[in-house]
Amino acid sequence: MIGLVIVSHSPKIAEGIVELCYEMVDEEIKIIPAGGTKDGRIGTDPIRIKEAIEKVYDEDGVGIIVDIGSSLMNAELAIELLEEKVRKKVIILDTPIVEGSISVAVQAYISNNMEDVLKAAEEARTTKKLQEQP
Amino acid sequence: MASTSLLLEIVRNMSKNIIENKELLTELDRAIGDSDHGINMAKGFSAVHEKLGEMEGKDWGYILKTIAMTLISTVGGASGPLYGTAFLRAAKVVEGKGKIDRKDVINMFHEAIEGIKMRGKSDQGDKTMLDALIPAFETLKSAYEEGEDSKIAFKRAEESALKGVEYTKTIIARKGRASYLGERSIGHQDPGATSSYILIKSINQVLEKN
Repeated sequence: MIGLVIVSHSPKIAEGIVELCYEMVDEEIKIIPAGGTKDGRIGTDPIRIKEAIEKVYDEDGVGIIVDIGSSLMNAELAIELLEEKVRKKVIILDTPIVEGSISVAVQAYISNNMEDVLKAAEEARTTKKLQEQP
Repeated sequence: MASTSLLLEIVRNMSKNIIENKELLTELDRAIGDSDHGINMAKGFSAVHEKLGEMEGKDWGYILKTIAMTLISTVGGASGPLYGTAFLRAAKVVEGKGKIDRKDVINMFHEAIEGIKMRGKSDQGDKTMLDALIPAFETLKSAYEEGEDSKIAFKRAEESALKGVEYTKTIIARKGRASYLGERSIGHQDPGATSSYILIKSINQVLEKN
């Protein structure tokens, strides 16, 4: 089953999103938070991200969802630090961290297909919350 | 030829200077960023300083890789992956080497800059550390090509880095938190360029003493 890593500057955001996702899917799908630095500050840590990827790793693939600024850089660096076999299966999903994570978790749970997951991530990026005003 | 004991002295001096300039870097970052650059850099280089003993007697590649991994795992902000990548790329050039020559210095510096460009998706003129590092590198390279020794070459490189820092006051930030400020970032000196200048100055100070 596809695994997910939620990367946020805030550990609380990352943990909260994982909690939200598990409202929708069960623990058959692995979703792990990688938020904050190892000493509990606001920030992101490539080593923690790398370890989270390794924990959720499955041949079906791993999706990473990031929040702002350097979280992307640190996720990219984490991927570079992985061994080849794992690295090939990891993808960063370009999607809003809250809505996107939920959509992606649900999609991964339903079809367990990375192409579908990419599509779900893309859709979450453009979904409007308000209807167009007439 | 430069030995690893010289490198360790440089690393010690880098740590000292970064920690001493924690307030300055934080102040600069307060003006245009999220005011964590000084704290993050001091945190990273304190951790590097603690590992000096462990690096003793190891080769250039090992030492630079240890610095990279330490910065990557302790800094937390954008400077961690950027400087971490720079040191990691430099480490690859000198893997297993006990001594290095000028060609290695040029190659390390070049790879470090390419690493930062790749990681930050940035280039000269974006108001980043590259605005200090690229002019410093170009000056260093031409000084070597003119046959100057490392002392003179790094002295000139430091001067170019400082000019680069001054230049960042005149341009708009295009990367990081500062880019949200747009034109309001003009007039402020870039914290990343400043820390890069401090690192180059740290090399120069050690070379001057030796």
